[in-house]
Amino acid sequence: MTIEELDQIAEATRAEYAKYDQEINVCMGTGCLSQHSDQLKDALAKQVEAQGKNVFVRRTGCMGLCAAGPLVLVDPDEILYQQAHEKHAEAIVKSLGGEPIKELQCDLREHFDQQVHVVLENSGVIDPEKIDDYIAHDGYRALLTALSDMTPNGVIRQVTESGLRGRGGGGYPTGLKWGTVAKATGDIKYVICNGDEGDPGAFMDRSVLESDPQRVIEGMAIAAYAVGASRGYIYVRAEYPLAVARLQASLRDARRRGLLGNNIGNTPFSFDVEIRLGAGAFVCGEETALIASIEGRRGMPKPRPPYPAVSGLWGKPTLINNVETFANIAPIIRKGGKWFAGMGSDRSKGTKVFALTGKITNTGLVEVPMGISLRQIIEVIGGGVPDGHKFKAVQTGGPSGGCLPESMLDIGVSYDALLKVGSIMGSGGMIVMDDTSCMVNVAKFFIEFCMTESCGKCIPCRAGTAQLHALLSKICAGNGTMEDLELIEDLCDTVKNSSLCGLGQTAPNPVLSTLKYFRNEYIDHILHKRCTAGVCNMKAEEEVPA
Amino acid sequence: MSDAVEVKTLIIDEQEVSARRGQTILEVARENDINIPTLCHLDGLGDVGACRLCLVEIKGSNKLLPACVATVYEGMEVSTNTERLRRYRRNILELLFAERNHTCAVCVSNGHCELQTMAQEQGLTHVRLPYRNPELAVDASHERFTLDHNRCILCTRCVRVCAEIEGAHIWDLMGRGEACTVISDLHEEWGKSACTRCGKCVQVCPTGALFDKSKVGSDQPKNPDFLPYLNLMREAR
Repeated sequence: MTIEELDQIAEATRAEYAKYDQEINVCMGTGCLSQHSDQLKDALAKQVEAQGKNVFVRRTGCMGLCAAGPLVLVDPDEILYQQAHEKHAEAIVKSLGGEPIKELQCDLREHFDQQVHVVLENSGVIDPEKIDDYIAHDGYRALLTALSDMTPNGVIRQVTESGLRGRGGGGYPTGLKWGTVAKATGDIKYVICNGDEGDPGAFMDRSVLESDPQRVIEGMAIAAYAVGASRGYIYVRAEYPLAVARLQASLRDARRRGLLGNNIGNTPFSFDVEIRLGAGAFVCGEETALIASIEGRRGMPKPRPPYPAVSGLWGKPTLINNVETFANIAPIIRKGGKWFAGMGSDRSKGTKVFALTGKITNTGLVEVPMGISLRQIIEVIGGGVPDGHKFKAVQTGGPSGGCLPESMLDIGVSYDALLKVGSIMGSGGMIVMDDTSCMVNVAKFFIEFCMTESCGKCIPCRAGTAQLHALLSKICAGNGTMEDLELIEDLCDTVKNSSLCGLGQTAPNPVLSTLKYFRNEYIDHILHKRCTAGVCNMKAEEEVPA
Repeated sequence: MSDAVEVKTLIIDEQEVSARRGQTILEVARENDINIPTLCHLDGLGDVGACRLCLVEIKGSNKLLPACVATVYEGMEVSTNTERLRRYRRNILELLFAERNHTCAVCVSNGHCELQTMAQEQGLTHVRLPYRNPELAVDASHERFTLDHNRCILCTRCVRVCAEIEGAHIWDLMGRGEACTVISDLHEEWGKSACTRCGKCVQVCPTGALFDKSKVGSDQPKNPDFLPYLNLMREAR
């Protein structure tokens, strides 16, 4: 495969679609599929045939606004329909070329206008199961350009210049990581894509893998060229069957097109990728545990150093990046590192995908430039808290992120700013809570998650999270004392600073941040036996008048 | 640079010491009579850095490092016994005592238990945390030895000695978090497992979790010191 051949495929694909007057795109991500968007797509295709219209009905990936699914986008008019079902198919096809259907139309300009799509540029646009669709949208151009016109070091320089930082949560500079692996000596090197997205309420990686799998594969291939690797693994959760199926199909198609395998682009570069399925352990998202899991061992983290860059999979130098990190690579190579560095804030460049969930109007996936304020994400793009309730807190970064109150909403979203206020960027989960949530109970919920997901290797995490959970349960039941609060703070400090891996080191974050910003709720529970949100069931409530 | 000059000098607890490249902080400290507490570490076994008792402070880094696996570098300044570290150590020991059912008075290892000794050394006088009191089994199916899960601290010394030294690998771990337990073979009774009855696991167990049935009540301290000797003999061969 050469760039000229790539152009031919792109031309042919575009010409094929140009034959149609209009296109109906139907979202077939997991969210919309659960609302039977597959049946809707079949019905639309049937109606197009029955009504004799020259219209193409396309399966696409996630369009972002998952709460309003199934979503249908009519092109080129850019009419978005929400909650469209099989029964609406006839009307939708009839309306083509005429007036749009008012009742179904979704007009959320504010939701979309504030977003900048880099990772999600093809999501909801291309058919994720057709490699030619991806090629028609500049797919694999970056890989072939890198192979023919750039040195491995040149690729790394572009990535370094872009300022891209690891999107899995750690925020480690991607270019620096690539450079380290490139310099490491080894007869064989590996590239691993971490798709073990285990945070409750997070679905960024799933959506990318479901909507645009080729982009991740291309990113991995470019990385392999840059660091000198010849084999790759994608580690995906088994709980993501659709993502796995689409990845498998994509790998097969890429091999058939000569974009994976031996002598890619008629160069000496050879690279292939295998899929490994996770077995449901949250801790396997931690890189050393993930590597152990791929090796067929029990998924438990190891102390670092040695870092995987030096001694990773089977003791070989290994580059391990998150799905979203790899998804950023192709555009960076295509448009240059400077272009990417032009977006975002001071030390956090580019865009970030967030999964907005919880008490928010527009539940779904958004991609925004770094540095945008939390308030803008939640109130403008997210549409605010629904049903007249009052915003209380937002938790960023998954189960081990902190809960931030209203007063913190004006901070710009970046790795450093979030860390400073006691939370983390994490992988991009964003859970919004309103006045019906009790923050003590929320802290208890997340520590319970970390407790059950602790691998049991190191004592602070294994026993510390269990003790924290017991103490928080005691407070929620109305039996807590002020001494318990001191003990909780002491334990949090120990668990945070003495645990082996990121799971334990960040597990106390929800407790510490709620203690910092919502201490009055803890005191209410302890001294007044009162849960203002009405979540905790306290037996003593009647005996002690509030 | 040849091998001959790969000597590092560093400071541990304000004492200037020298070390070979690749040595761990723990090795160097012990060579110089600086005591760093450990539970999961044992001379002669691979290190896992799990108990977190050997965490030390490194000047210029806000991350604490486990001395058993962290290697030395030139000009490193290590503190092994700060107030903060002592507090973490006491808390970790407290977590261990509250986690399972450690009743020293009726334990076969009373008086020569590493956990007990460590608690005394670290000045742990009482446990503030609520005891978890889990219901745990005792596996007495083996003809010579007994495994009492109530006294296990999951240091995995038994797992490592069986896999690394004996080569039988009958021990491993099962379950997550608090439910994590040592199992023999694929969670079968120890007596029915592929155990070679060598008894190494019993000798390296720091508590009374693994004990010799014939020596109950005879005040027999365990003797894990055979490991470095065994390794040395094997290397020499």
